[in-house]
This record gives sequence, C-alpha cells and structure tokens, in this order.
Amino acid sequence: MRHWPSKIAFRTGLCAALCSTFLAMAVSAEQSADTPQAQADVLSIGGSVTEIIAALGQEHRLKARDTTSSYPPSVADLPDVGYMRALSPEGVLSVGPSLILTEEGAGPPEALDVIRAANVALVEVPDALSVAGILRKIEIVGETLGVPEHAAGLMAEVEADLVAALADAERPEDDKKRVLFVLSTQGGKINASGTGTAADALIRMAGGVNAVSDYEGYKQITDEAVGLAAPDVILMMDRGGDHGLADDELFAMPAVQLTPAAQTRSIVRMDGLLMLGFGPRTAQAVQMLNDALYAKGT
Amino acid sequence: MTVVSDIAVAPRDQLNHARALHWVLAVALGLACLVNLQVGATDVTLSSVLAKLAQGETLSQIERVVLFDIRLPRLAMGILVGAALAVSGAAMQGLFRNPLADPGIVGVGAGAGLGAILAIVLGALLPVWMIDRAGNHLVPFAAFLGGWGSTILLYRVSTRHGRTSVATMLLAGIALGALAGALSGILVYIADDRQLRDLTFWGLGSLAGASWAKVLSAAPLILLSLGTAMMLGRGLNGLALGEATAAHIGINVQRMKSVAILAVAGATGAAVAVSGGIGFIGIVVPHLLRLASGPDHRTLLLNSALLGATLLILADVIARVVIAPAELPIGIVTAVLGAPVFLWILLKRRGLVEL
Repeated sequence: MRHWPSKIAFRTGLCAALCSTFLAMAVSAEQSADTPQAQADVLSIGGSVTEIIAALGQEHRLKARDTTSSYPPSVADLPDVGYMRALSPEGVLSVGPSLILTEEGAGPPEALDVIRAANVALVEVPDALSVAGILRKIEIVGETLGVPEHAAGLMAEVEADLVAALADAERPEDDKKRVLFVLSTQGGKINASGTGTAADALIRMAGGVNAVSDYEGYKQITDEAVGLAAPDVILMMDRGGDHGLADDELFAMPAVQLTPAAQTRSIVRMDGLLMLGFGPRTAQAVQMLNDALYAKGT
Repeated sequence: MTVVSDIAVAPRDQLNHARALHWVLAVALGLACLVNLQVGATDVTLSSVLAKLAQGETLSQIERVVLFDIRLPRLAMGILVGAALAVSGAAMQGLFRNPLADPGIVGVGAGAGLGAILAIVLGALLPVWMIDRAGNHLVPFAAFLGGWGSTILLYRVSTRHGRTSVATMLLAGIALGALAGALSGILVYIADDRQLRDLTFWGLGSLAGASWAKVLSAAPLILLSLGTAMMLGRGLNGLALGEATAAHIGINVQRMKSVAILAVAGATGAAVAVSGGIGFIGIVVPHLLRLASGPDHRTLLLNSALLGATLLILADVIARVVIAPAELPIGIVTAVLGAPVFLWILLKRRGLVEL
C-alpha cells in the first residue's frame, strides 16, 4: 500500500447518514429510557464522539476508547481497543462496556454482530460534514447517555459559536484564498484532498477555496497538477512522521516550488482531530484556520 | 535434485521417526488448542468455565459469548486455515519441485486479493438487494471466486493435449500475478480512505472475523481438499524423481497434477477467503518438517497439517493478547516470529535444505 490514509478523514454519503440517523434515533430512544445510571461503562469509538462525551461532562462514564480518540488528552489513560475499522470482539468485551457509542463506520461487521450477541447496546452516531451534522451528533450522544438537557445546552453553545465563526469567516468570492490540504507527502508524492472530505468542508467553512476540485476524496496527485491547482496556502496536519515534514523540504519539492504558497512560504499546520473531527471544537478550528489564512490578529 | 536417492530408499528409521512425529505434533496441537481457549483479552478462561460446568452452575452471558461465539469459532478457523496453508505449501513445493513454491504459486493469492479488493471497493455499487443478501459474505465469496478462478485459468493456460506443464504454470502464474496486481492497483487508486484501510487489514490477515457461519462455509471445502491432498504422498514422492520416472513407476502424473492443483486451490482459496492473506505458514512449516524428519511426503503432508494448525493458533493467541484490548493482524505475527526462526534454522543447517 503506497499511502497510509488518515484515520480521521471521513467521507459519507448523505443517504447513508440519513438511514443511520433513523436507526440511531430508534436505538437511542430505547437506550435513554433504561440507562441513566452514572457508572464507568461506556466505550467510545471515534474521536469526535469521545470529544462530545467529554464536552457533555460525561467523561467519568468512559471506560475505554479507540485509537482515534485523542481529545481531551486525559482520555489517553483509558484502555485503547484498537482502530475503529478493525475491532476485535473479545477485546471490546474485555473492557466490559454496557454501552458502545461509535462513529459511523466502525467494524468489521462480524465483530459488531458478536458484540450485539453479548447484549451490549451499540449506538452508531452518523457523521455529516456540516453544522447540522455536528449538532445531530451531540443530540444523539446526549440522548443515548441520558443527558438530553446537557446536550441541548451544548448544542446551543456549539451552534452559536459555529454561526459566529462562519459569519466571521465569510468573505467575498473573489477574495478567497486557494487552500491545498496535503494529507501526506510520502515518497515525494503529494496526497491531497479533493472534494467531499472533512478537509474540503473545513476549508470552505473557514472562508477558503479548496485548490483541488477535480476529484473526490484523498488522492495522490501529479506534480504538475499541484502547480495547476495554484494554492495560496498549504494546509497540513500537525503531527509527527510524514506530516511533520519540515517546511524547507516541503517547499523544495518540485511540485510545490511553482505554487504561490511556496513564494510566500504559506503553510498552516493544525491538529488532525481538531481540523477533521467535526465535533464540538469545529468552531474553534474554523476560527483558527480563518485567522491563519488571512493573518488576523497575528 | 539430489534428494532423489533419499526418497527412493527412504531410510526406515527416518520414516519411523516421522511417524512418531505425528503423535508429538498431535499432542502439541491439543495443548495449543487448550492455550487458545484459555487465554484472551477478557478474563474468561477455559478452566474456570469447565469448573463451573462441572459444578452445574450456569455460565454468565459474557462467558458464553466469549467462549462459544468468539474463541471456539476462532480456534476452529485457525486450525482449518493453518492446516490448509501448510499442506498446500507442502504439496506445491513437491509438485513444482521448488522450495520457494507456496500456495500463492498457483495464482490463488493474487486472484483472491483481486477478488477481495473488487468486493471492498466496488461492493457498494451493487444493487441494494444484492448487498442485503450477501452482507458480510461478499468479501470472502469474492476472494474465493477470485482465487479459484485464477487457478483454473492458470491450469487451462498450461495444459496442452492433456498434459500440464509445471514450468508454464509457474511462468503464467507470474504474469497473472502481475496482471492481478495492476488491476488491484487501479482499484486501490479509486478507493476511498476507509476502503484503503480495509484493504490493508485484509492483506495482513486476521482470524478476528471468525464466526460459526464462516467456519461452516469454509470447513467442507478445506476438509475435502485436505483429505484429497493426504492421498498424494506416494505420488509426490515419485514426482521428485522427475515426471518421466514417476510415470514409469506407475504413477498417473497428469491425474495427480490436476488433483493436487485443484485441492490446493480449494483449500487455499477457502482459507484466504475467510482469513485474508496470512503469509509464511505455507513456506515455513513444510521446510521445518523436512529438516526435522526428512522429505517423505507420505508423512510430510499430515505433519504439515498438524504443525500448520498448531503454529497458526499459537500465533493467534499472541495476536490477540499482546496489545489487548486491541489486536494485531495475525499475518504480522506469523511473519515476525516465523521469519527469524526460519533464518536461524537455515543458518544452522546451511546447505541441507532439500526437497
């Protein structure tokens, strides 16, 4: 496998989201009726779901998490049941959850079947890259955990923050910067975000234009296409390894050299989960990216 | 091959030695099964469950699910897959008279990989009623069809006038592998991130998806293929003398070839379909046994089945406890443990590997 895709890059069809929303609503309605007790018995799978649980003040109920759950930092102390697409049924059961809250796309399906057979409630929280999608996630998590009033408060707060951040980030179409989201630069090849990704959604929300709109998802693109995309700014995830490639090396890459971003050495690095998680901190991410793009307050 | 004389007049004590090894390996397999059922991420153990059952107590739901729905099907699948891979490896090395042959040589691996990738990437494009019907079985089914189909294709390509050329099959297998690899590459390119992750994990292999349904769907084919392969011992011994000589001593070479190839395609195809790509068992196990008890296929095939099953279920124990509650893909464990051990043995016994 030439490239290693980001674990927190989510793309979902609207249809799938709708279907699972109804499913989750049915399950969550059933759940909230009989599990309001507050003991540590929840397994959270998916970075944004864990964030929402913590933001609802329910972190004490978490018993374990998955690899993608890295915020708040305190959850790092919880047992890690592995990557959400490759769960081991016995591993999941070994942490003894009575409720599993998971982001859309946990698996494999066989593992979920066994977990359901062990009478562990499993609620899937649908993912959607929009303000409404974030609010919906909070609502479902809140209902499932039996704290709808906390959820209502958090939703109002998050919505107000998002609306304000979006209004603040709004700019005339001809004044928007072109942003290239680079997922990785493995082997000297740029793997960039096309449309339909969390990165694409965030760039648009933060008042930028995705420099690549020819394809969906994350793909390696040729050096010439990078030049053609002419990004004003390069956006990357701020974490070790490949993503932490020093600026010098990045701007020395032939693909990048020709871009306006290289001339002005414009690069923005942000935490991956903050940027792509579409959880309670997305307003903050929008603001940060907008500030970084248009050099506000710095 | 210089081993010819060894096989033709296999030393009696070596044969007895290899037969004694049957029992040793059978006991080892039994012990490995107990370990496999005893250990896991949860603190459910076989001993505590047996103690409860002996006292007539009822099991808790978690004990029932962990032991009967998770560990037992996983154990059964591990035994089937380990035996299938090891026996297929032994049979292929004998048939091709090539120490590097593994089940993949008849195109099963490449074909199954292509099938799995097709199902993972393009499965979502199928009409909804088909997805509903196929459910979780889509990937295994596609992998099996891919593996089986590519073997049949290879067999047809290398058979002329009722005679199969092993050399042609070897070369055609390389070409077919390259083609399947390229097609897989195209699919990898259009896959999204989640599908890429699924592909990566599939390629590393795992017994984590084991279920009784999977065991039951793979068992008949694997058992039938293994049973057939067990009868090839004498024929493979003869073939080590060369095709012409084998024919002269009364072996129906062509029939044996087709039976061996079909058995291997069946066993490996089914194994790969339910567990993904688990490497190394097919190569290492037969060679270990040849070093330990000689190259006589009459004992090698059964010993391979026993040792392959034992090693795979022990590797599975490691895979699931070492980073519990998460779990390593088993292909990583077999390679990380198998490769150094194999290298060490080769160094120690330099120049002694023979077929």
